[in-house]
Amino acid sequence: MTTDVTTPASTGRVLGPVRASLIFVEALWTWYRRNWRATVVSSVVQPVLFLLALGFGLGSQVRPTEATGGLEYVVYLAPALLVATAAQIGAFESTYPVLSSFKWQQTYLAIAATPVSPGQILAGHLTWIGVRLGGSGAVYLLVAAVLGVLTGPGVLVTLLVAVLTGLAVAAPITAYAATIESEGQQFNAIFRFVVMPMTLFAGAFFPIEQLPAWIRPVAWITPVWHGTELGRGVVFGGLEWLPALGHLAFLLALFAAGAALATRNYRRRLSA
Amino acid sequence: MGENGALVHARDLVKQFGDFAAVRGIDVEVRRGEAFGFLGPNGAGKSSTMRMVACVSPRTGGDLRVLGMDPERDGPRIRARLGVVPQQDNLDSELTVRQNLHVYGRFFGLSKAHVRAKATELLDFAQLTDRAEDEVEPLSGGMKRRLTIARSLINDPELLLLDEPTTGLDPQARHLLWDRLFRLKQNGVTLIITTHYMDEAEQLCDRLVVMDGGRIVAEGSPSELIGRYSTREVLELRFPPGEPAPEADLDGLCDRLEVLPDRLLLYTADGEAVLAAAHARGVRPVSSLVRRSTLEDVFLHLTGRTLVD
Ligand SMILES: Nc1ncnc2c1ncn2[C@@H]1O[C@H](COP(=O)(O)OP(=O)(O)OP(=O)(O)O)[C@@H](O)[C@H]1O
Ligand SMILES: [Mg+2]
Repeated sequence: MTTDVTTPASTGRVLGPVRASLIFVEALWTWYRRNWRATVVSSVVQPVLFLLALGFGLGSQVRPTEATGGLEYVVYLAPALLVATAAQIGAFESTYPVLSSFKWQQTYLAIAATPVSPGQILAGHLTWIGVRLGGSGAVYLLVAAVLGVLTGPGVLVTLLVAVLTGLAVAAPITAYAATIESEGQQFNAIFRFVVMPMTLFAGAFFPIEQLPAWIRPVAWITPVWHGTELGRGVVFGGLEWLPALGHLAFLLALFAAGAALATRNYRRRLSA
Repeated sequence: MGENGALVHARDLVKQFGDFAAVRGIDVEVRRGEAFGFLGPNGAGKSSTMRMVACVSPRTGGDLRVLGMDPERDGPRIRARLGVVPQQDNLDSELTVRQNLHVYGRFFGLSKAHVRAKATELLDFAQLTDRAEDEVEPLSGGMKRRLTIARSLINDPELLLLDEPTTGLDPQARHLLWDRLFRLKQNGVTLIITTHYMDEAEQLCDRLVVMDGGRIVAEGSPSELIGRYSTREVLELRFPPGEPAPEADLDGLCDRLEVLPDRLLLYTADGEAVLAAAHARGVRPVSSLVRRSTLEDVFLHLTGRTLVD
């Protein structure tokens, strides 16, 4: 009865994997253009306040020593704050926003019904975090430059290190967030027992040589320590090639492992 | 296109969640240009089936072809040509109405210019033009539903999957939607609809299946199903609450008798004649009603349950 009907062809088509992830970023950019104000405090204002209070305020009481590489404390602190803030943003962007996309708003489920695949959604999510980290890091550096605490353009390499550090934190947390079915109470534990201690004690504000020897190995496995060592090394020098490559390898490996796990978890949850 | 021109072709299709089988071996064939319905009570497996057809949920067993392709291998290519209205709205509530359409269209590889023009057309189609620049969050449930439906059309789908499209809509909005779906069908779009509403199924579906417990228990056009599983007319008798219904007195008066908590249903070719005969036997209901048989009666007969519980 109805088999002779001709249907006009659909206009939809399949995007390549890179395009698909970029369209995902474009979608988040549409959201961000409306909602960026809410992120300015945690992304830019907070690190600048830290720079003022700890760098200039408390730092004025700190004499340049070997521990600060002979630098004024605020100068010593500036690139590390960039890295530590990136870690915090990377962590946050991978918790509630991910859970909400799966569970509350279910926007991931909506996108999974388009030609875009779960793996491409994840790639888009991580790319977006990279863009966010690069953007807010650049604004922070601009403020720091105006305050006169940067030593030179080498800090732009630190910005890349900060983006990598943020992503190395984001990828495994994203993998975890993709498995959560509850209201996300677990995230508080991550912030309290992982992100916060890592920010404070893993070498950003003072060298980990100041920590008791027994706890130093804990700092060694944090992305913030590797990120700040590398991020400072590239602006202040004094970092050998081998350790530098080691830090880089650690961050890349953490990111790759997290991304692989997250890909699996996204696939599982979006095609059940 | 697939086996004998079917847009959807399923044989012995199974969906299992762990040990639990939500869909237990169904055969379905949806032809190009028709409106096909899935009816069934809560938990029957309608949404599970829809999600497999939408290529967002891999089948556990059996064979499935959508648009002539295998969802397992060609998921993205199939999805590019589908429209999906999920049972639960999943709009981006922090974007505007128009942005929701723009953003979604881009995932189908559509250019910005194309999406812009299409969004304006769809806003009009869904009567949301007035609210185009408003954020989605504060919209009413019915408006969100209409936006979800508009969004599903952004890629001019050849096959549109609607999982309970009118649940939560007021009668006016339902009729508007029926009209829109009818127009889409006229334009050659194939529709698959799940619903709890019998009138909706009768209005919209050329053919439908009744599902229960993961199986198909009946299949046909609405009138075929009524002809096969019900009588021409139904006499409904209500009795005062608490008073036992006089089933015994009605023995032999009708083809079949259903006892519901609040009324008796007497299936017969001639309702008025049975009512008169019941009166003659001294049966005194509080109220009586003679009506035509509907799919609801078919459903009750097949599953022993009313559809909306
Ligand atoms: N992801 C899942 N994991 C486990 N069980 C599931 C899952 N999805 C559905 N089920 C189960 O499968 C059965 C069929 O569910 P389904 O959603 O397909 O029913 P339905 O016919 O759409 O019902 P309703 O009319 O309530 O929407 C239910 O018992 C449900 O609990
Ligand atoms: Mg359902």
